[in-house]
Amino acid sequence: MLSELDISAIIITIKLALISTSILIVIGTPLAWWLSQTRVKFKVVFEAIIALPLILPPTVLGFYLLMTLGKNGPIGRLLESFGGSSIAFTFSGLVVGSVIYSLPFVVQPLQNSFASIGKQPMEVAATLGASKLDRFFTVAIPLARSGFITAAVLGFAHTVGEFGVVLMIGGNIPGETGVLSIAIYDHVEAMEYGQAHLLAGGLLITSFLMLIFVYLFNRHFSIMRGSEK
Amino acid sequence: MWNAKLKALTLIVVYQFFFLNGALADEIKIAVASNFYPTMKELVKHFESITLNSDTTNNIVLISGSSGKHYAQILNGAPFDLFFSADKLRPNMLEKEEVFNNQSRFTYALGKLALWSSFNEYVDSDGQVLYTDDFRFLAIANPKIAPYGVASKETLTSMNLWQDMEEKLVRGENIAQTFQFAKSGNAKLGFVSYSQILSLNSSSEGSYWLVPQSMYQPIEQQAILLKDSSLGKDFLSFIKSNEALDIIKRNGYDLP
Repeated sequence: MLSELDISAIIITIKLALISTSILIVIGTPLAWWLSQTRVKFKVVFEAIIALPLILPPTVLGFYLLMTLGKNGPIGRLLESFGGSSIAFTFSGLVVGSVIYSLPFVVQPLQNSFASIGKQPMEVAATLGASKLDRFFTVAIPLARSGFITAAVLGFAHTVGEFGVVLMIGGNIPGETGVLSIAIYDHVEAMEYGQAHLLAGGLLITSFLMLIFVYLFNRHFSIMRGSEK
Repeated sequence: MWNAKLKALTLIVVYQFFFLNGALADEIKIAVASNFYPTMKELVKHFESITLNSDTTNNIVLISGSSGKHYAQILNGAPFDLFFSADKLRPNMLEKEEVFNNQSRFTYALGKLALWSSFNEYVDSDGQVLYTDDFRFLAIANPKIAPYGVASKETLTSMNLWQDMEEKLVRGENIAQTFQFAKSGNAKLGFVSYSQILSLNSSSEGSYWLVPQSMYQPIEQQAILLKDSSLGKDFLSFIKSNEALDIIKRNGYDLP
């Protein structure tokens, strides 16, 4: 059955996914809104940057994080000059990595659903005297509800499925950075295929159920598509 | 007329295909432990240079990876001809399978463990730095899955440090990753393989302590023949030759 380490890996993974998803919703919402409204010339550049983690191997991201956080890297040096310590091998480090890694999975569904609202509801609200902020919170956000559900579930699921980034910057510390995907990898490496099956099968079923949930709530599942009416 | 030209061209292409790939070329695939990969590349280069004048073209394909992963792949039918493991456990277990029981298993190198830091003049010649409180992280390979990790654990245990070190340990999934942790400076100290230190561009980079062999069980790296082929056998006997042993030794391993 599940060992103590396996259980700690599951807890760490859920904690990481919850915190990362919350941070992503907070920074992803204004970002997605801006992208859906702006007519700035270089919009595609920002969209491309946000989409990068979709196509980059996670090891690329992990490698650069490891380098920038290290003693010779810019962030490592900065932290050291302030007397702080590096965030490599810490839970906070994993949160930073996950936020970058799962960014497109949160921003893209939000952007799509903001774009699909169209101008009309916002203009009607404006003629009724609603302020800009008021319109955003009482019109845009409720109308983009399915986008938020998609974004949250995908951000969560994608963080749970993270491997390459954690492998590079985690250090597999039990109860701190030892996550589920690494635990599965270790079981396979250690030839404990039974325990690997248990965790991998559990993850497979959970991921499947999460996606079923998304599809049920959102029949226009549209992560990869552009703006959609 | 075009038809005739096309026919001739097709014939040439087909002929070349057979000529190059069929009759005169032998190919073997070798699954090699990532820690031994750089040394293996050198060995293959040397093997190719001494067999250059024979009639056949030898094509040796190297697949680098962790031995645990290779083991699982071999059990599930991966098309490898030879397996150079980082330990003796996995070749030993493969030998117990009927298919691979061909008496070919042997130790090709003994790994040497070193405590390394990317900081110059930091590690002393007795490893006493481990007793200080001057470092936040010590990187080791995961003892659960990596032979160098087991040796690191044994070393720390014999220094009476294993219990106290728990808070400072970060684990790499293999020795290559452990080296990255130390090389990038994210971990100030790391137990790595001596061959990794030798493969650095400048061997004077950082500082190290070569752990005495009395402090850990020998890291026996074993190989096994998975498929019967003349090229595979030739390569294995080359690995046992003095030339090959010299290369292995020069790369920071002890000889069995």
